[in-house]
Amino acid sequence: MQARPARSSSILGWLLESRNGLGLLFMLPAAVFLLCFLTYPLGLGVWLGFTDARIGREGIFIGLENYIWLFDDPVFWLSVFNTMLYTVVASVLKFALGLWLALILNQHLPFKTFFRAIILLPWVVPTVLSALAFWWIYDSQFSIISYVLMNLGVINEPINFLGDPTNARASVIAANVWRGIPFVAISLLAGLQTIPQSLNEAAALDGATSWQRFTKITLPLLTPIIAVVMTFSVLFTFTDFQLIYVLTRGGPVNATHLMATLSFQRAIPGGQLGEGAAIAVAMIPFLLAAILFSFFGLQRRKWQQGGGD
Amino acid sequence: MATVMFRDVRKAFGQVEVLHGVSVDIEEGQFVVLVGPSGCGKSTLLRMLAGLEHITAGEIVIGDRVVNTLPPKDRDIAMVFQNYALYPHITVAENMGFSLMLKGAAKTDIEAKVRPAAEILGLTHLLDRYPRQLSGGQRQRVAMGRAIVRNPQVFLFDEPLSNLDAKLRVSMRSEIKNLHQRLKTTTVYVTHDQIEAMTMADKIVVMHDGIVEQVGEPLELYDRPANLFVAGFIGSPAMNMTPGRLNDDDPGVFVTGQGQRISVANVGAAKPGRDLICGIRPEAIHLRGDVALRVKVVEPTGSETHVVADLDGNEMTCVFRERIKAGPGDELKVSIDPEAIHLFDAEGGQRLSA
Ligand SMILES: Nc1ncnc2c1ncn2[C@@H]1O[C@H](COP(=O)(O)OP(=O)(O)OP(=O)(O)O)[C@@H](O)[C@H]1O
Ligand SMILES: [Mg+2]
Repeated sequence: MQARPARSSSILGWLLESRNGLGLLFMLPAAVFLLCFLTYPLGLGVWLGFTDARIGREGIFIGLENYIWLFDDPVFWLSVFNTMLYTVVASVLKFALGLWLALILNQHLPFKTFFRAIILLPWVVPTVLSALAFWWIYDSQFSIISYVLMNLGVINEPINFLGDPTNARASVIAANVWRGIPFVAISLLAGLQTIPQSLNEAAALDGATSWQRFTKITLPLLTPIIAVVMTFSVLFTFTDFQLIYVLTRGGPVNATHLMATLSFQRAIPGGQLGEGAAIAVAMIPFLLAAILFSFFGLQRRKWQQGGGD
Repeated sequence: MATVMFRDVRKAFGQVEVLHGVSVDIEEGQFVVLVGPSGCGKSTLLRMLAGLEHITAGEIVIGDRVVNTLPPKDRDIAMVFQNYALYPHITVAENMGFSLMLKGAAKTDIEAKVRPAAEILGLTHLLDRYPRQLSGGQRQRVAMGRAIVRNPQVFLFDEPLSNLDAKLRVSMRSEIKNLHQRLKTTTVYVTHDQIEAMTMADKIVVMHDGIVEQVGEPLELYDRPANLFVAGFIGSPAMNMTPGRLNDDDPGVFVTGQGQRISVANVGAAKPGRDLICGIRPEAIHLRGDVALRVKVVEPTGSETHVVADLDGNEMTCVFRERIKAGPGDELKVSIDPEAIHLFDAEGGQRLSA
């Protein structure tokens, strides 16, 4: 060992012999791939946010000007508010309804597999297709909902689903919830099925009511899965684009503009690439916060640690 | 503490009936073991008693209440599951105090009940651990602790020792037995291991294919098995079975198919001319005598010698206290204790000896 002459061969030797060196070597392809396909677009986007690039014109560096501009732009702040509202309300609804559905599907039902397959439908339909369907459902004149309610005598004239700011917000949230429930419900159902039946039986013998079994056994054991599922759900909702763009394009009067749609609108149809990029970059802190939250949520709890079975 | 009564209890899963009318009386404070081969319906019966399975027909009575429609939480029963079913997200102490916590007992009260139970079971130093951080035997004890803290009317155990290694199983066996002698709570214990049943039970219920074959004290089952199934199931090594008939001229002699003669002291209802099965316990066979066996295998265990031999084409296992020199193929002359012979009807399998 001590009589190793050439230095170059020792570096190669280190690479090939040590654990870390080999690990580095094996990670190289993945790292290159990540760098090219993930970091480059991200970096480009961030860079564009610091320029006054337009479509067809290379931008020059203008520092924080885009951001300062956005800071004073009420439409931007409206879109931030909309995004928060959309994400929070839709995620809470998806969680509550998804958990409820999962609990029902976990019971002994007739046609259980059939219902489980049905539940997945909203998720397998392409978003654009379901968005178009909702567009039709929310049509100001031919909406099936208005039609049914009018025939039942509940209302006298069609509901203006997408024309009124409040209605429009509620409508796009409803569509997003409809689309997002399968993911939550099926994932939580998978989680529920990992909870051994005997735990519920033991709790029942210990004197637990069904509500106590839910709050003291099912829910705590489900938290790891809930953390994963809701992180993804929040990320999907926060970055949602397709539904909104097909249904409302951000209208009426920007009431349903999310940060993603506003960014696209400013950048591509509006041509202000730099400004659009800045809006998109402004989403990053929120997403980072969500990821951090999930990081702590996903940490193995104390009871999950220690010897296996 | 309470009595438990099964009255013609039946269970069907869909169209399939798996329990065909089980009737058993359990006295206050008794330790009853349900034993039988896999799939005979022991767990199902136990779960019906706990309220985890619907009772298709018949009645289950605990104390003086018919519990058929009572939900599990109102039956005042504690159960130790085969996989222990410890709540993984709470500590040992919280597991043991779970039922009290549900009732809204004060923290100090829970502690006051969990402590002594933990002491009995030697769990005091583990109270702050989570179930994952325990060994199998410790988990088993926590599951028992959870049951003890409840101070229930009836304890149920469903094969609680089957996940433990052989040595631990033996020591847990006596621990459970000690615990019962101390608490005197009515206990129903399910196992498929007849040795566990014999060593622990005040009363054994032998089940087979959804019916009760025999109920009795351990030695009663051993000495007077009611039918061929119980005879073959209880005892290890198992009872030897040889077909044949009683001698027409001398009904005190059993003649095997190829003419070996075995004296029988207790003929009971057996009559010459009927096909019979003669049951002989391995330890009822002694060296020296006039029955000829052909040795197949010799297994010295140290304290005893087990010999597997051939009697007219039937395998006979003998347990001798002496050490013997015979090897495979040798002829061995033995005598069979006439008092210890059981005669069964070859057709129905019923016991004929008195
Ligand atoms: N949920 C169920 N649906 C249909 N059949 C069942 C169900 N549970 C049990 N059985 C059947 O009932 C019979 C008795 O089962 P049980 O679990 O009581 O057997 P066991 O005596 O406890 O056996 P083991 O010693 O293997 O635990 C078996 O034939 C089994 O297939
Ligand atoms: Mg069983």
